[in-house]
Amino acid sequence: MAKNNKLELVTKGLIKENPVLRLVLGTCPTLATSTMAINGLGMGVAATFVLVCSNIAISALRKIIPDKVRIPAYITVIAGFVTIVQMIVKAFLPALDTALGVFLPLIVVNCIILGRAEAFASKNTVVDSALDGLGMGLGFTLTLTLMGSIREFLGSGSIFGFAIPGMDKFALSVMTSAPGGFLIFGVLMAAAVKLELANPSKLGDGSGCAGGCMGCPYACGKEPEGGNA
Amino acid sequence: MKLTVSSAPHITSKDTTASIMRDVCIAMLPALAAACVFFGLNSLLLTAVSVAACVGFEYLYEKMLKKPITIGDWSAVVTGMLIAFNCPPSLPLWVVVVGAFFAIVIVKQLFGGIGFNFANPAIVARIILGLGYTGLMTTWTFPDATATATPLAMYRAGTTPNYMDMFIGRTGGVLGEVSALALLIGFAYLLFKKVITPTIPVTYVATVAVMALVLGVDPVVYVLGGGLLLGAIFMATDYTTSPYTMKGQILFGIGLGVITVLIRRFGSMTEGVSYAILLMNLVVPYINKFGRQRPLGAPEKAKKEAK
Repeated sequence: MAKNNKLELVTKGLIKENPVLRLVLGTCPTLATSTMAINGLGMGVAATFVLVCSNIAISALRKIIPDKVRIPAYITVIAGFVTIVQMIVKAFLPALDTALGVFLPLIVVNCIILGRAEAFASKNTVVDSALDGLGMGLGFTLTLTLMGSIREFLGSGSIFGFAIPGMDKFALSVMTSAPGGFLIFGVLMAAAVKLELANPSKLGDGSGCAGGCMGCPYACGKEPEGGNA
Repeated sequence: MKLTVSSAPHITSKDTTASIMRDVCIAMLPALAAACVFFGLNSLLLTAVSVAACVGFEYLYEKMLKKPITIGDWSAVVTGMLIAFNCPPSLPLWVVVVGAFFAIVIVKQLFGGIGFNFANPAIVARIILGLGYTGLMTTWTFPDATATATPLAMYRAGTTPNYMDMFIGRTGGVLGEVSALALLIGFAYLLFKKVITPTIPVTYVATVAVMALVLGVDPVVYVLGGGLLLGAIFMATDYTTSPYTMKGQILFGIGLGVITVLIRRFGSMTEGVSYAILLMNLVVPYINKFGRQRPLGAPEKAKKEAK
């Protein structure tokens, strides 16, 4: 990675390589925790913390971890950080802990975190990996908060728990359940592709591609570095 | 003599998307008239708002994305009428506008417009409204003041509704499903104009009747009650979301009938037509693959040998 790409490492996670909308990783927690804006934000922040920390740790250990047992090693590192997050949330934000339920400990097996460890942190320097984790985490948080806001607004007539006057009558309860989640997910994915296609000059060179060819409109034919987890 | 050389096809017909869709609209008019008779002019207003919303959303979406404007092909009008037909007459008008948005923008246009929708837009609108506004969508109006339940709910509760009432339409229900007679008139018109073939509606209704007999429920109530005829005639026969070949259509109709009866008999809901159609819409690509015809003269096992 060239030096001037440091900023790119962070920003690519927002749209171009948005982990949820473009790489289609971490779909399960996305659908499950984006029923309300605050849950989406909480999940996003928790996952970002784990992502940055695990990317740093795995990148620092990349030359020590034997190739054959790298996945169990990564999982152990990630699980350590998840345990920290879980204890903190349980202690200081019990309401969020109840809302996220099993999905908080399940960050251990979140494809985004393992995917970035395998595709990026295991091949790049500590600083680059930290920035990559931050970018991916921001993209995840942003998407979850946005999805949560839309679903909460349409489904319960409120945003971040604040009721929008006059909206309660129109609230479409199906939006906060699974079908609405898939629906908004699909629409946001389409919007992300549209946003990217609107600005094609920046893209398509295949650099920084981390897999996700399924959602990629460019038929570059390049093998993904990490594959879709 | 002047000879012209051109590539196939050489046979053209006068049918266009617009003429076919217009015929479908005409075929729905008897049912609309029946709804006006039994539920009052509110039915007409609801249908008008639904149609206007569908056409409006289609126009706005295509205008915003600078796509060719296709509101002239009448397909949005058909969708609009079908959404209204799937709503109870007392429904607040804004609810059908929400339904129209889902049908046209989400189901139809986001997937590429007419011919590319994976499911019938009106069915998805009905299901979303039914899940989202369950209370409003199940508030029935009854032409007969003594009635308290739709025929299927009544039958489930243990009373057999009057057959003639169901046939004429003196029952509660959504706009388009009340009068079997009006729907059959529309069916006859569509057959006469060769807009649809009878394969899907007949196999669908027949399967429901046979399944009802097998399971020991009243087949007349199951055929005339609920949205079966509306669904079988106008929604399951949508060109985009039904199989091409007769073999496929028969399979499609049987699948619809089986799912409908299973939901009605064993499910928690009284009506299963919309879910049956949605589910079968989703497997149409596979049915098409299965129902593909062997070209005349092609070897028996051409498919295996080619691989």
